[in-house]
Amino acid sequence: MIHLDNVTKEYSRRGAALKDVSFHIRKGEFAFITGHSGSGKSTTLKLIHMSERPTRGEVRVSGYTSERTSAREVWKVRRRVGYVFQDFRLLPGRTAIENVAFALEVTGTPAQVVRTKAQRLLGQVGLAAKAGAMVHELSGGEQQRVAIARALANDPVVLLADEPTGNLDERATRGVMELFRDINAMGMAVLMATHDLGLVRRYTQARVLELDQGSLVYDSATAPPPAGTEATV
Amino acid sequence: MSYALREAVAAIRRAPLLAALAASMVGLALFVVGLFALAAHNLSEALRQVESRVEVVAYLRDDVRNAEVELAHGELSRLPEVEQVLFVSKQEALENARRDLPDLGEVFADLTVNPLPASLEIRLRPGFRTQEAVEGVSALAGAYPFVEDVAYGREWVEKLFALRRVAAATVAVLGTAFAVVAAFIIGTALKIAIFARKDEIYVMRLVGARDGFIRRPFLLEGAMTGLAGGVLAGLLTYISFRMAYAFLFNLAWIPASWILDGIAAGALFGVIASGLSVRRHLREV
Repeated sequence: MIHLDNVTKEYSRRGAALKDVSFHIRKGEFAFITGHSGSGKSTTLKLIHMSERPTRGEVRVSGYTSERTSAREVWKVRRRVGYVFQDFRLLPGRTAIENVAFALEVTGTPAQVVRTKAQRLLGQVGLAAKAGAMVHELSGGEQQRVAIARALANDPVVLLADEPTGNLDERATRGVMELFRDINAMGMAVLMATHDLGLVRRYTQARVLELDQGSLVYDSATAPPPAGTEATV
Repeated sequence: MSYALREAVAAIRRAPLLAALAASMVGLALFVVGLFALAAHNLSEALRQVESRVEVVAYLRDDVRNAEVELAHGELSRLPEVEQVLFVSKQEALENARRDLPDLGEVFADLTVNPLPASLEIRLRPGFRTQEAVEGVSALAGAYPFVEDVAYGREWVEKLFALRRVAAATVAVLGTAFAVVAAFIIGTALKIAIFARKDEIYVMRLVGARDGFIRRPFLLEGAMTGLAGGVLAGLLTYISFRMAYAFLFNLAWIPASWILDGIAAGALFGVIASGLSVRRHLREV
């Protein structure tokens, strides 16, 4: 469903952010991308989201390839890929349900469906009772749940999450991770970038991809953990 | 479209101060253009009035026959440049001189012979009161053998048309400069308004909204801001006109079509400025 084939991404100032990376994420899979800051985790997610394009190699997402999908058509990929960030990126000055409804409205969902679907999505993330709350009135964990509900709005095939628990306390982190597990159990692939190895250790069933300075140094699906690598736990 | 309209209105409601600021900036920018248009229109009107006095006078020989005068009158009247040809007899010329030059009354009273010639006063149509037309009609009138002399105040006409050319060039250069500055200010005002909403553009791109769908509410908002600014500029220009009219001097109000053009230009500038600004943000995600 997601293929990265010999993908290299170079920036003019930063140099190579990814070097010849290849992996494949299957439908319904749960995978972590780990690595230190600057190892290429976020770049990998951006390439899958096609907000960045590879310098060399090819990214394929649900039938769309980075080579053949023009900037005008990229919206088609975005509707197949949900995206969650560390800093939530919700629209201030709007309520929780308005944030979710916004994602539905701007993608052309019929007006009569928008409200009910937004309410259902908030129910799915456990926030039905706070639908009318302004986002600044919500806790960090709740805001991340709204962001997840928004990411699910267009029924994507994969959910990308870039350090989604980075700003959350232990309890909120647990809640968000349980939510990801539930979403994954319903058949949606989840690809989560994190540098929190403690978190990775708790989800032993998940696949682990480790990046180091832009190179894929470990993939739990294809190789035993290398000696001395923390992500092998 | 209903979504775009709803979002554009909602955006103005969410940040009314910013919307008012943007519309005011557009309004003030266009107000300067409006004042300039008022000045340019009045200058043009003044020149037009002076031009309307441009006429060619063909002085006739004393031995001219009536049939010849009628022939010339008819031929000159049929020229496309000519509005009216008026025959002034020797006697009428003398009466006019007595009336126009009362200080010389004694001189005229002592005359035993009328020295003034009969003439054909040729008035040109509006649009043909140009130096070329004046010279062309003068040449045609002067070609009749019974025409002794043709006068149109060559020096005066040349100066008038030189002044017109200078005025036209000044209006074009200053008008363009004002329009460019207004466009720049409108662009900046809307850029600020759109920058405040860049998060929305980001989220729309993130969740897979199509570019056209993202642009529509912003273009509409730009048009509404430009329209409001245009109306404000029209009002400010009218208030300035009334005040100048009441306290300073007699002015002519600019044609209604100019006002409508100004408001439409405000809306168009708004759409273009918004479109360019949104495009810049669309490239970011």
